[in-house]
Amino acid sequence: MKILVVDDEPDVRLLFEQRFRREIRSGEFAFSFAYSGEEALTFLREHPSEVVLILSDINMPGMSGLELLRHVKQDPLPPPPPLVMMLTAYGDTETHNQAMRLGANDFLVKPVDFAALKTKLHAIATA
Amino acid sequence: MAAPTAIGLVYWGRKVLDIPARLPHWDRWLKRLWPPAAVIMGLGLLLGGPVVDWFDNAFLALVLSIGIAVGWRLRAYRPAQWLALALLPGVVLFIVELLARPFTQALDKNATVDTLEGLVVCWLGAWLLVVRSQAKTLKAAAQERLAAEQEQQTIETQSQTLEYEVGQRTAALARQTNELRAALAELQATQDQLIQSEKMASLGELTAGIAHEIQNPLNFVNNFADVSVELVAELAEERTRPARNHTLEAELLADLRQNLQRIAQHGGRAAGIVRGMLEHSRASTGERQPTDLNALADEYLRLAYHGLRAKDKSFNATLQPELAACLPLVPVVAGDVGRVLLNLFTNAFYAVQQRQRAGEAGYAPTVGVRTRHVGEGVEIWVHDNGTGIPEAVRSRIFQPFFTTKPSGEGTGLGLSMAHDIITQGHGGTLSVETHEGQGTAFTIFLPAH
Repeated sequence: MKILVVDDEPDVRLLFEQRFRREIRSGEFAFSFAYSGEEALTFLREHPSEVVLILSDINMPGMSGLELLRHVKQDPLPPPPPLVMMLTAYGDTETHNQAMRLGANDFLVKPVDFAALKTKLHAIATA
Repeated sequence: MAAPTAIGLVYWGRKVLDIPARLPHWDRWLKRLWPPAAVIMGLGLLLGGPVVDWFDNAFLALVLSIGIAVGWRLRAYRPAQWLALALLPGVVLFIVELLARPFTQALDKNATVDTLEGLVVCWLGAWLLVVRSQAKTLKAAAQERLAAEQEQQTIETQSQTLEYEVGQRTAALARQTNELRAALAELQATQDQLIQSEKMASLGELTAGIAHEIQNPLNFVNNFADVSVELVAELAEERTRPARNHTLEAELLADLRQNLQRIAQHGGRAAGIVRGMLEHSRASTGERQPTDLNALADEYLRLAYHGLRAKDKSFNATLQPELAACLPLVPVVAGDVGRVLLNLFTNAFYAVQQRQRAGEAGYAPTVGVRTRHVGEGVEIWVHDNGTGIPEAVRSRIFQPFFTTKPSGEGTGLGLSMAHDIITQGHGGTLSVETHEGQGTAFTIFLPAH
């Protein structure tokens, strides 16, 4: 299962690669990384139909995670449409509702509970 | 008829020598001399004869003797001395004549006696003139002295008055000075309080941004620590296997080393933010330290951005940090310059937020900062594509208490303090360039020496 992680913090890549090292080694998950909303859209266009799940931060300079979400849900992307999971440090209801209105499939609050995330990802992969 | 002459002499002498003032006791008697003179004169007119004549002359002799006595009594007074001298020959001659007359007629029509009498009269007359002029001169001198004394006294009185007034005035001035000093001290205290509350106000705006900025590195610290525990467990597990995978072990060790570096790095980042926050809130020590303006600019750009985002969740902006690679360290009071940058960034984000709210199609809010090494210093250029500053208020933006923000949102001290910090505190310059509806750019120049 191909997962695209979008976050402006470069160290997120290291963290995911280590947290999911067993899954990556076994080939269960494959991660790609983008450091901004714009970069993520470009990646989606250049790698059509690859990404199953997008894990995106909301607060990023430039295009925010919510705008990326709107693009993903509204722009005609090659099928199947990827799932979008939002990640944010600002876990207030307003942001949550906004994400849900835009069609987010899940909403996680930082700091990320990697055990819970792993369970969710496994559930999606085996579904 | 010697009695009237005698009385005349008495009155003349009293006046010229100022007897009523000098010898008041004697003067009382002198004033009583005229009744006997009048009696003698009356007798002379009614009866005549040698006896009355004798008394007449005796009266004159008596008066002249009194004159000598007066002169002796007032001998310290030069004209009185001379009066006595003037009278002395006349008195001697008269007394001799008076004593001799009853016994002889030989003195009558005697040429020698006439000559003597003439000489005595001349002597008397001449000396009386001298006495009068002397007395006048002395009197004038005395009056002059008196006038001078009075003048002196007047001057002394005036100078005393003046001294008193000067004292009063000095006291009033000292009081005023003290009042002014107290007022000045109060003003300075108020100014310090204002500066402090402005700092606290801007810190309050930043709290959310700061929390976000600290939370982020802390999350990394926790995550890298957690994952490192997992790596260590995996490494330990690997080592117990009979066939150890050395490549995997090396990989795990490399990851561990990397994670520890990350933990240190993110911990340092959080510590730096806390330090910056403390510097921001602390009363400035005013001490300049060589400072990396790139780090300062980047830190406050982020703080300002997240501070605004915390208040307005829908707000988004592109940050454009362009930080010169080889920037010299500049001696500045980092807390103060940080406040200036924070103020400029907060204003910039406010301006782009306002423009975004106006709902312009295709508008991308952008706030940037560019650092450059220029000549003998460093230039920091803070720019935004916000609403710009209207022409009408452009000249007032650096004035204290001037703000265009709604009441309660701005203290109006930000830019005025920024200007003071840069120009007065660091000998630099702060200038503005703005186009209404297009954006604003502030340029800070800080000399490196």
